[in-house]
Amino acid sequence: MKKPLDAKSVWAPSNAFIPERDLDKTPILEARHLGIDFGGLTAVDDFNLTIGKTEIAGLIGPNGAGKTTVFNLLTKVYQPTRGTILLDGVDTHGMSTVQVNKLGIARTFQNIRLFNSLTVEENVKIGMHNSITYSSIEGILRMPRYWKYEKIAHERAMELLSIFNMEGMANAQAGSLPYGAQRRLEIVRALASNPSLLLLDEPAAGMNPSETAELMENIRHIRDLFHIAIILIEHDMNLVMGVCEGICVLNFGKVIAKGNPEQIQANPAVIEAYLGKKKEA
Amino acid sequence: MSKLKSIKKTTLVDFATYIGVIIAFIIVNTLKNDGALTRSFTGQLIPICCYVVMAISLNLTVGVLGELSLGHAGFMSVGAFSGIIAAMSLQTVIPSPVLRLIIAIIVGAFFAAIAGVIIGIPVLRLRGDYLAIVTLAFGEIIKEVINCLIVGVDSNGLHVIFNAFGSKSVSDLNLLEGGVMIIKGAQGATGVKAISTFTVGFILIMITLVIVLNLIRSRSGRAIMALRDNRIAAESVGINITKYKLMAFVISSALAGAAGALYGLNFSSLMSSKFNFNTSILILVYVVLGGLGNIWGSIISAVILTILPEALRGFEDYRMLIYAIVLILVMLATNSPQIKNLVEKIIPRRKKGEEADEEAA
Repeated sequence: MKKPLDAKSVWAPSNAFIPERDLDKTPILEARHLGIDFGGLTAVDDFNLTIGKTEIAGLIGPNGAGKTTVFNLLTKVYQPTRGTILLDGVDTHGMSTVQVNKLGIARTFQNIRLFNSLTVEENVKIGMHNSITYSSIEGILRMPRYWKYEKIAHERAMELLSIFNMEGMANAQAGSLPYGAQRRLEIVRALASNPSLLLLDEPAAGMNPSETAELMENIRHIRDLFHIAIILIEHDMNLVMGVCEGICVLNFGKVIAKGNPEQIQANPAVIEAYLGKKKEA
Repeated sequence: MSKLKSIKKTTLVDFATYIGVIIAFIIVNTLKNDGALTRSFTGQLIPICCYVVMAISLNLTVGVLGELSLGHAGFMSVGAFSGIIAAMSLQTVIPSPVLRLIIAIIVGAFFAAIAGVIIGIPVLRLRGDYLAIVTLAFGEIIKEVINCLIVGVDSNGLHVIFNAFGSKSVSDLNLLEGGVMIIKGAQGATGVKAISTFTVGFILIMITLVIVLNLIRSRSGRAIMALRDNRIAAESVGINITKYKLMAFVISSALAGAAGALYGLNFSSLMSSKFNFNTSILILVYVVLGGLGNIWGSIISAVILTILPEALRGFEDYRMLIYAIVLILVMLATNSPQIKNLVEKIIPRRKKGEEADEEAA
């Protein structure tokens, strides 16, 4: 299944920011010349990105730049019109959202998408759907495997919730949680599906500064704990500059800059397209 | 501590449902044996069991899966007629009526499940109103198809004619001497030996409860509820939408088939027009009145709304009018926030969110 990549034959267009802690230097994600058209409109064009195995990367850009579309391409909500996506060296061409998730991509959503009528714990357990593997019959008849896996699922759910100190809310209805807690629960649910790449779509939207600062710590903590790569879309520049090791700037569906936070802040194209207003202010 | 509470809460509700059904059965059965019940009420007992199972099974599709199905009576019909065929053709082989009934119920569930798969695969691609309309059409198609069936059994086995153009008649079956007619086209099944019993009905309710409640509390049930709450999010955590939709739909239709077999074998004759659109809507009313996704609610509303028309017999011509008015009033009452508040004052119940906040603090 896994196709090994020949580094020489493939032109890797972007500079992967792979920190020294990565013992294995192969990137977790490589997007090459990715593009999608909606009718005649090109939403994303020639998008190239390489993410190291434990890298935290930021995807920024003005509204409508195509950031969420990139996430939708990576998770196969849309099938790309052009280009390839390699996840840990495996070409995801033609795969469905479900298959891509099984392969290791989990995500959160810009407009929160929780299972509102279910409890927090059930939400997390649903995230574990493919790692607890008793059959429906075993579930209906409550056979030993049901008890065994439900116990594991419960313990693991509590463990994951404890990252955000949410164990106490385990029995609350997900839809009744405060906004910030809902965002955090989405992250927990995504983590529950055991990903190797986590995509966060505006995780700090609607959070107050202290919550955002806490989230920043949490994102780093998650990376160090699970050894996964994280890509985040965010408008909060403090968060992006504070937590991301590599940043990719999109404008009108095209990458206009790539680099570490210092390089991005100094990049004239970025300042013009995006940060310029902030500098004047 | 909190986790213990949560496990207790859901299991308590489930447990109370089981206990409630068992107690109700014991009371009614004792009264029946003492002869304390009127004949009309005793006659209602098995249909009540059938409608309870129908309501629970439809709740699986409408409440748990979140897809509106308007053709549920169609699956009941498949179960009823396949159950009748099974029971009547085994009449000589298996003398025990209870055993025959059980086999008929299993056969009914099996064929209804097959119908569920056949209908579910194309239909479940649709969503919302479109799905509702298509299930309605399928319910009617099943009814018409059964209208065209002519079935008989003799020592050579089953004889089936599909009378699509109305040109064939019973004599075309060429039954041997001693053969029995089972289904005579539009006339339906006649000469059926009524072998359904209240006890079997009760056991069927219990089995249905175990299947549905345990399913909801398991991995598959959570997946089904996940795609009801948010399809896109469910896909993003690796839940196969088609598989779980179909699973809920097929389990639901199999249970409806089992209920249908029990229903069919309660009467000496049965016509396929019994399982028309009105019946589907009636069952939907039970589910909506009892609360979507609320299993014990479905049971209670199915029981009450089956007894009510009989209880209103004294009103003669105005019976259905009063029934309709009662229905409207109950719907209004159960949806009114004032009455909900009143109920909560009488039965104090802490909201889940508040509880969590307290524990977190």
